This record gives sequence, C-alpha cells and structure tokens, in this order.
Amino acid sequence: MIDAIFPNVDMDSMWTATYETLYMTVISVIGTFILGILLGLVLFLTTRGNLWQNIYLNSVTAILVNVFRAIPFIILILLLFPFTDFLVGTIRGPNAALPALIIGAAPFYARLVEIALKEVDKGVVEAAKAMGAKSRTIIFKVLLPESMPALISGITVTAIALVSYTAMAGVIGAGGLGDLAYMQGFQRRDFDVVLLSTIFIVVIVFIFQFLGDWISKTIDKR
Amino acid sequence: MLSIKGLSKQFKLKHQNVMAVDDVSIDINKGEIYGVIGYSGAGKSTFVRLINRLEDPSSGEVLLNGQDLTKLKQGKLRQERQKIGMIFQHFNLLWSRTVYENIAFPLEIAGTPKQEREDKVNELIDLVGLKGREKSYPSQLSGGQKQRVGIARALANDPGVLLCDEATSALDPETTDDILDLLVDINEKLQLTIILITHEMHVIQKICHRVAVMEQGKVVEQGDVLDVFVKPQAKTTKRFVQQLSPLEHQREHLEQFLNGRDDSQVLKLHFIGGHAKKALISELSKKLDIEVNILQGSISPTQEGAYGTLYVEVNGAPDLIEQAVEYAKGSGVEVEVLKHD
Ligand SMILES: Nc1ncnc2c1ncn2[C@@H]1O[C@H](COP(=O)(O)OP(=O)(O)OP(=O)(O)O)[C@@H](O)[C@H]1O
Ligand SMILES: [Mg+2]
Repeated sequence: MIDAIFPNVDMDSMWTATYETLYMTVISVIGTFILGILLGLVLFLTTRGNLWQNIYLNSVTAILVNVFRAIPFIILILLLFPFTDFLVGTIRGPNAALPALIIGAAPFYARLVEIALKEVDKGVVEAAKAMGAKSRTIIFKVLLPESMPALISGITVTAIALVSYTAMAGVIGAGGLGDLAYMQGFQRRDFDVVLLSTIFIVVIVFIFQFLGDWISKTIDKR
Repeated sequence: MLSIKGLSKQFKLKHQNVMAVDDVSIDINKGEIYGVIGYSGAGKSTFVRLINRLEDPSSGEVLLNGQDLTKLKQGKLRQERQKIGMIFQHFNLLWSRTVYENIAFPLEIAGTPKQEREDKVNELIDLVGLKGREKSYPSQLSGGQKQRVGIARALANDPGVLLCDEATSALDPETTDDILDLLVDINEKLQLTIILITHEMHVIQKICHRVAVMEQGKVVEQGDVLDVFVKPQAKTTKRFVQQLSPLEHQREHLEQFLNGRDDSQVLKLHFIGGHAKKALISELSKKLDIEVNILQGSISPTQEGAYGTLYVEVNGAPDLIEQAVEYAKGSGVEVEVLKHD
C-alpha cells in the first residue's frame, strides 16, 4: 500500500533519517535545556536587587543573548563552521549540527527561563532566606523547582523550533529528514519523499508537544 | 532576650527618602508574646524584617541573647536565621512541595540527618494538627491549614524567636482565632518568644502580653496590653482601642436612659482585667435593694483577664446607687456615672 502511494520511498533510509532527526533534536534539546537555564539564571540573578546583582555581567549576557537570537539559523551554521570543525572534527553529519542547534536555541530558551524565574513568588524566596538558605539552595530547591512547569513548557516550544532547525541543518548535509527531503525528494524530483518526510516531521512535533504538555501538567501542583 | 536599640531604616528612593523605621527601641523578654500594631505603611513589616535582616538596618542594634545580629557576616547570619522562625501573611509555602516536604525544607537547609528530620517533621505535623495531610500540596489546603504548615515550618529548627508578619490577616475571623490559639499553645509549650505584627487590635487583645504602637516608623506608645487599652495616650492608640469597643461611639443611644432623675442612673463600668469580678452585676442586685439593667456593652477575655465596657442602668434609692458605685469601684472596675451633656 505504502509502495503505491510513495513509489520512490525507501523505508530503510526513511527510518535512518527519522532516527537522525530524533537524535539531533533530543541531544540539542538537552544541551539547550542546560545552557539555556544557565544563561537564564545569570540573566535573572544579576538583575538589580537580586541574589547576584551585577549590572555589568547582566548587560554582557543580555547583549550576547540578543545578538545570537538575531542571527538567522542558517547563517549561524555557516558562521559556526570553523568552531564545529574544531569541536566535532567534521562539518557533516548529525553531530556536526549539534553546536549550531544548541547555540541557536539556547539564547531563545534563556529568555523563556528568565521569564519563568521572574514568575516565582518573591515571598517564597524570602521565606527561604529567612530560614537561612544559601544562594545555591535557593536556586536548586526554590527557584528551579517552583518554575519547573514553565521551564518545561518553554523547552517544549524550543524543542519544536529545534525540529525545524534540524531540517534546515539537513539542507547543508547534517542528515535527518530535512536532508532526505532535500537531497532525494527535491533534487531528484521524488516529491513523495518530501511528502512522507513532512508527515514524519509533523508527527515528531506532535509527539514533543504532547509529551511537553503532559509533563508540565503533571508536575504543576499549583 | 531580644533587645532592639535605636533601630532605623531609611529607604533611598529617586525623589525622596523614606524613614520606614525611625529610632525604635524595644526590649522583649523570653517567652513573651509581643505585639506591634500600626496602620498600613507605619513600618511594621520593615521593622520585623530588620530583626532577621531580610532588610539591612541603616543604624541601630538587634541583640539576640546578647549577640548583635546587625554585625554578623553572611555565613554566621544564615546560621542565626535558622534559629529565628518567621511566618507570613501569604504563607509563602513552596507549592511544588507537599506539606511534609515543606516542613522538612528548613531541616534540609540546616543539614539535619534524614532519620532525625523524619521524626521532627512528624512531631511538628502532630503539633499543628495536620495529621493525615502530609502528602497534600499547599494548593489542596485551606488558608488556615496553610498557615499551620507555615508555623510548623517556622518551628522546625527549634527557634528561640518566632516572627509573625500579619500571620492572620488573610484568614477569616474563625480561622484567625484557631491560629491565634495555636500560637498561644506553642508559646506556652515551647516557651517561645513571639513577635507579632498586626493591624487588628483584637489580635493584640487576644494573645499579646505587651504591645508597641507604631506610626510613621516610630513607636508612639508601648507597654502592657491592658495598660495601653485602659489608658491609651497617643491618638493612634485611641483609634485602635475604639476598634474593640465600637460602642464608645454610640453614646447617643444611651441618651434616652439619661432622664436626670436621681433614682435612676446610667453607669459605665470599665473592666480592666486582673481582679475585676465577672459576677459584679448579680452581686450588686443581690446585696443592695436595686435593679440593674444591662443596656449595652462587650467584655472580651485577654491574656490578663476580662477587658471591656458595660453600660448599665441602675434603679433604686439615691443612697443605694451611691453604695453600688462604691462597691463596684472596690472590686477593681472603673465606674463613671453618665450625665446629660
Ligand atoms: N523596599 C522598599 N523600598 C522603598 N520603600 C519601602 C520599601 N519597603 C517599604 N517601604 C516604605 O516604608 C514604609 C513602611 O512600609 P512597611 O511595609 O514596613 O509598612 P507596614 O506597616 O508593614 O504596612 P502594611 O500594614 O501595609 O503591611 C512605607 O512608606 C513603604 O512605602
Ligand atoms: Mg506589612
């Protein structure tokens, strides 16, 4: 049946491409989550009247985040070629896409993290201070757990953006469904490959959205 | 045990400086419930936050058992804070943690070993009457229950002092009474010193031993609760005392009983706690051949005995009424014979 609708599709390369897309997305989501939270914490904690008030560090981070957010993803990949080559040892394949994916998505996620942290009740932070909590305790036992549902819905939005970034990275040889759709589907005019790749990508996006919503809802005890 | 000397806090804003707390000196004894009352903006919250240095003072000293908290370095201050409990108007519980985990939090901060922590949390859950709710999240609790969690959490590290900033202001009157009862209970059980901030006089009346009245950052009056009730000096204090006996305003309702005859008088009986006899009215009508009708009034219990005002009409021979007045005075009640204005 599948052969009839998608005559040019080779299911083996389809599954390989799907695996590569998932691989790139999952690893870059993890990387973005960590880097984004670090940056978001710096942005939040260095603002006036906060734990690590530091106007200088705050402005530097904010500028960095804004600049990287402003660069279109496809250009960021090109800009990062030397860096990727140095780090990964190649500029082709799924692993080569990771630095650009993480550096492209983390600044965006950092802003979402900052917003989430701002929403944490000041009174709760104050209560922790009144109990004699250290900054580290306040960060890991108050700020992050209390903002977790927002951090999770933020990373869900970012993960979906990352799926489309992987497709873009595919066009310049990173592998995955985007690569397959472009190389086989578009270059060889096998449009059924483009169509099936699209369907797979949409399904992946739906799964991420569903997972994100579900986790966020389950941990939200407000 | 807690001695506050010349404590001041100035907030420097763009266009003006606000003297939120202005040269406040108070001595608080061990095991005492000390009330601080004032209207909104009087500086009460700032004052209480200066005690555990959530706010750094501009000048002054906070001596807790002889140690000046204002001079402590951050690390030492954090340790001292573990021994100063605090509860808040909006409870400030971690919604991501269960009741049990919320109460365990200060113990985690203090680095208490796991087994000891478990015992302590269970003991506290019993103390504040939340048995069976350990696994609930704050969002599943009523306001009163949330404050019980707040109190348990504040007591976890066996503090010597408990700071309460408007701890009952978000609760309905009945729940307020329950929480106040709980505070008295732990005050007595644990010999805990409590500093209680409020803008409601009945809270002071119900549980405090001594009170300070704040206005524009200054303490305008302080002393034993009853003394302050009976002889309020400052204007603010008088307004607060009137909160308790709103009848003071309604003297016009009494006018119809003031008929100018000398065999019928209206007396204002002021009960000021201590030895004032509650059975005074029935004693009067038994002992003397007079008739005593209660017109209006309210008597409320305080930590130091009954406090309140009663308006009574006394009918009988003029000399018997005279005797009744003397008898009442002799039993520790202030008496005023009302006249036509
Ligand atoms: N962080 C701050 N920065 C500037 N001004 C402040 C700050 N905190 C308090 N103030 C000012 O200090 C004064 C006293 O405030 P405070 O909150 O202590 O009053 P309060 O008696 O607790 O009032 P309420 O009953 O409304 O809680 C107010 O004029 C307030 O505007
Ligand atoms: Mg206040």
